[in-house]
Amino acid sequence: MIVAKQKPIEEIIEGVRDYEKILIAGCNECVTVCEAGGKKEVGILASALRMYFMNQGKNMKIDEVTLERQCDHEYLEELRKIIDRYDVVISLACGAGVQFMAEKYFRTRVLPGVDTCFMGVTEERGVWSERCQGCGKCILGETAGICPISRCAKRILNGPCGGSTKGKCEIDKELDCAWQLIIDRLNELGRLDDYEKIIPIKDWSTERAGGPRRVVREDLRL
Amino acid sequence: MNTNTPSKLEKILAAGHLAVTSECGPPRGSDGEFVTKKAKMIKDHVDAINVTDNQTSVTRLCSLAACIHLKLMGVEPVLQMVTRDRNRIALQSDILGAASFDIYNILCLSGDHQIFGDNPHGQNVFDLDSINLVQTVRFMRDEAKFLGGEDIQRPPKMFVGAAANPFADPFEIRVRRLAKKIAAGAEFIQTQCVYNVEKFESWMKMARDRGLHEKTYILAGVTPLKSAGMARYMKNRVPGMDVPDGIVKRMSGVPKEKQPEEGIKICVETIQRLREVEGVRGFHIMAIEWEEKVPEIVERSGLYPRPEVV
Repeated sequence: MIVAKQKPIEEIIEGVRDYEKILIAGCNECVTVCEAGGKKEVGILASALRMYFMNQGKNMKIDEVTLERQCDHEYLEELRKIIDRYDVVISLACGAGVQFMAEKYFRTRVLPGVDTCFMGVTEERGVWSERCQGCGKCILGETAGICPISRCAKRILNGPCGGSTKGKCEIDKELDCAWQLIIDRLNELGRLDDYEKIIPIKDWSTERAGGPRRVVREDLRL
Repeated sequence: MNTNTPSKLEKILAAGHLAVTSECGPPRGSDGEFVTKKAKMIKDHVDAINVTDNQTSVTRLCSLAACIHLKLMGVEPVLQMVTRDRNRIALQSDILGAASFDIYNILCLSGDHQIFGDNPHGQNVFDLDSINLVQTVRFMRDEAKFLGGEDIQRPPKMFVGAAANPFADPFEIRVRRLAKKIAAGAEFIQTQCVYNVEKFESWMKMARDRGLHEKTYILAGVTPLKSAGMARYMKNRVPGMDVPDGIVKRMSGVPKEKQPEEGIKICVETIQRLREVEGVRGFHIMAIEWEEKVPEIVERSGLYPRPEVV
């Protein structure tokens, strides 16, 4: 999933303080799972803002909505009938959802209510961690199912670097060294000889370096 | 004598001499004399001088410019190049820049993470890693081509090195990693500083068992300890460093004013022991901000005078 975290309430307040009619829009997908921007968080943020502005003596209309997804036209369209009632929308979706909303409702100010962090997993309740940077050409088959691009601080393809100590990364004692994990798993799979295969210089053109990316499936287009 | 480049370091190694290299960190400013002064202190006692590339991610005068200063004073530089700060365009370009000054040695490294330096909020590049950089220089030299496939006019003639750390984790791949760097094209290896001689010897034995000592020239790294405090710091704080308790004890067992001499003694003893180890082809003496001691270490280790090669 895409993992996000809530922005500090002060930052959100600063963004909306000059408006009177606010819509807080949650998303029922990734940000719900990582508990940053689902229905529950929409409710909590709405209450916090109502309380804050009430204490300021300011009368604000703050409404709540949570869409199935904000990255699909179909669900974003649900707002078409009501969007003009608001001065500003705080979207608690990931950066993709916020932008898609802004593209669709061109005349309405849309503010992000979360900081989008990475593609990752729920390691345990309340702990999410990164697993993928969407480089566009997956090499997990060569690295024992552990991604050195997203999990090594230097995204070294032929690691580990000299900073690996007792299985941890030099930049953070809490962080596993991705190459230690790769080597452990190769060992477990009886494939340690694979470690000696050099991963060639990577073609980064399918990654961010190649510019904004698209996937087009002609067979699916209408 | 079979050599691939005009490198003096390569010639000395190929002739069967024990090579001696040292290193010099550029200044945090634009004073080129900082480099040449350090080099003057040690140039008659070493075959080549490594110049570090923004070590520990702290911004400094660039390695290439410092190497040019050395070259212009007649000293053989080893250009250290990390992949942290430059993409493949910049790396290839700097390699050509170095080659235009007939800099004949390069040490390919990934580089410390920028979080340790003076710009922890900066981006890192890592377009290539150290092994990919070894491949790149070899490709540019041997195929006379850019990575993009076009021909290079006057390709770089560089003797290509890489680093190895016999002590880092995980230990089970230490020799495999050395093999990987050699397969990528590393012609010489400079190791992390050796304090744990037994562990280094067992690493060398494993390397010999695979015949790796015959495929690359291994220079053992040594760093003289200045004080017991430095020994403890290296032991506890520097990732991938193995300083046995015996060394720390030995350093702290002598009065503070005698500790520098004890550090030099340990360093000389280490060299004397390691020069007997089959497959050790020379020494890389990293006297951190203590360059003036390099001549003494070289002389006391019986590595002086340095051989002349044509």
